[in-house]
Amino acid sequence: MSTSALLDIRGLRAGYGETEVLQGIDLTVSPGEIVAVLGSNGVGKSTLNRAMSGIVRARAGTIQFDGDAVENEKPSAIVARGLIHVPEGRRIFPNMTVSENLDLGSYRRATARRAANRDRIFSTFPRLFERRSQRAGTLSGGEQQMLAIGRGLMAEPKLIILDEPSLGLSPLLVEELFALIARINGEGMAVLLVEQNVVQSLEIANRAYILADGKFVMSGAAADIAADPALKRAYLGM
Amino acid sequence: MFTPAILIAAIFNGLLTGAVYALVALGLTLVYGVLHIINFAHGALLSAALFAAFFAFHQFGLDPYLAAFLLAPAFFACGYAFQRFVIGPASHGDDRNMLLVTLGIAIVIENALLYAFHADTRTIDVPYAFQSIDLGFTFLAVPRLVGFGAVFVVALLLWLIMAWTDTGKAIRAVAKERLGAELAGIDVAHIYAVTFGLGTACVAIAACLLIPTYYVNPSVGNAFVLIAFTIVVLGGMGSVPGALIGGLVTGVVESLSGLFLGDSLGQIGIFLIFILVLLVRPNGLFGAKA
Repeated sequence: MSTSALLDIRGLRAGYGETEVLQGIDLTVSPGEIVAVLGSNGVGKSTLNRAMSGIVRARAGTIQFDGDAVENEKPSAIVARGLIHVPEGRRIFPNMTVSENLDLGSYRRATARRAANRDRIFSTFPRLFERRSQRAGTLSGGEQQMLAIGRGLMAEPKLIILDEPSLGLSPLLVEELFALIARINGEGMAVLLVEQNVVQSLEIANRAYILADGKFVMSGAAADIAADPALKRAYLGM
Repeated sequence: MFTPAILIAAIFNGLLTGAVYALVALGLTLVYGVLHIINFAHGALLSAALFAAFFAFHQFGLDPYLAAFLLAPAFFACGYAFQRFVIGPASHGDDRNMLLVTLGIAIVIENALLYAFHADTRTIDVPYAFQSIDLGFTFLAVPRLVGFGAVFVVALLLWLIMAWTDTGKAIRAVAKERLGAELAGIDVAHIYAVTFGLGTACVAIAACLLIPTYYVNPSVGNAFVLIAFTIVVLGGMGSVPGALIGGLVTGVVESLSGLFLGDSLGQIGIFLIFILVLLVRPNGLFGAKA
C-alpha cells in the first residue's frame, strides 16, 4: 500500500532535548481514509502531530506526503502541500474576528477560492456565520473547536490531522463533531484523527493505531480493535 | 500666568512634536507587539536614517519630504534583511537572544556612523524651515504641520494594511498565536522580518520629517528612542493606538512643562506623567490586562 499512500511515515523518531518521545513510528494513510491514532495522555500523540506538520524536527526516519519527502520542510511549506494540522487547544486567533480567522486558513492555499470556501464553511457551521464579526476569543469552547476545524478546511486539505478535537466538549457536541468528521471524509478528504476518545473514534475510523510510550503497539482495522476487550484494557485504560 | 493664547499655542506645538514621537514609538511598539522584544537598534536606525536624509539633501539636493518615498522602502528592506538574515538566525529560536542581537546591531551601527562621519552635528538648510502659518493668536511652523499630517497618513496606511491585507492579518495572528499561525501556513520568520521592516520604515519616515528642523549626529537617535520607549510603556506595550495617543500626550506634556518649568526642564513633565500613569494603570493606557 506504500506506493498509493497519501501519507507514509517510516521509522520516525522525534523528541525534545534529551528525551526521545517517538521511538520509531510507521504509519500510512491512504486517500479517502479515516485513520485513528489512539492512546492515553503523554504517549507521544502531540509530538507525532508536530513532527508531521514540521513544528518538531524528525531525528530519524522519513515522512512522505503525496509522494514527496517532507520531513525537512518548514510548517508553511507542508501546509502548502495540503497537509493541514488542526492543533490541540484550537490555537485560533483570539484577537481577530471569526471571518478573519477563516481567511487566514487560506493564507497559503486555496486563496483564490476563499470566498466560496468561507460560504461553504458557514453553511456547515451556521453558528460561525452568526458570529462571523465577533472576536474569536469570545466564542464558547465548542464554537472555537468548530472555528479551528473550519480554518483548517479553508486550505482545502488533502489530509486533515485533527488533534484531540473532542477535548473539553460536552457529550452532545462530541456526537455532532464525529458526525461532522464523517461528513468531511464523505466528501473525499482523508482524516487522521488523533484522540483519547476511543469508542467514538473507532466507530468512524477505517483503521486505527494504538500508541503507547512512543511506539505503535497495535494497528489494524478499527472494527477488529474495537472487538478486542483485552487490548482496550491494556493500552487505552478502558 | 500665561494667557490662553499662549497655552493653546503650546498645546498645538506639543501635538505637532508629539506626532513625530508617536511615529518613532509606533515602530517600536509594532516590533514589541509581534516579536515580543524591545528593539535596541531602533535609536541607531533613526540616527542612520537621519544621516541618509541628510546626505540625500546635501549630495543630491533631494528634498527630505521626497526622500521619504525612497528611504521608507529602503529602510523597510534593511529592517527586513536584519531580522531575516541576522537577528533571526543569530537568536537560534530563543526570543531573548533577539534582544541581545538588536543591542549588538545598535552598537555596530552607531560606531560605523561615528567612524564614517565623526561626532559632528550637522543640519540642512531648506527654504521652508522657518515658514509658519498665522492662526491669528499663534504661528504654526510649516515643517511641523507637514510632520503631523504625514504621521496621520502613515498611521492610516498602517491601519489599512493591518485590517485588510493578508500580510497585516498574518502579523496580527503571529502576535497573539504563533503556533496557530504556523499551522495555518504563515511563515513566521517572514512575518517577523516584515514587522521589523515596517518598524524600520517608520523610523526612516520620522527621520525625513525631523531633518528639516533638527540636526543629526551618530547618537542623536537615542534621545528620541528613550522618549519613544516611555511612550510605548505609557500607551501599553504593543498597542498601536497607545503609541499614537501616548505620543501626542507626551508632546503636549513636554511642551506645557517647558512653558511652566522652562525649556531645559521640559522633559521632566514626561517622566512625571509616566510615573503617574503607571501607578494607576500598570499596563499602560491601552495595555491588555496581564
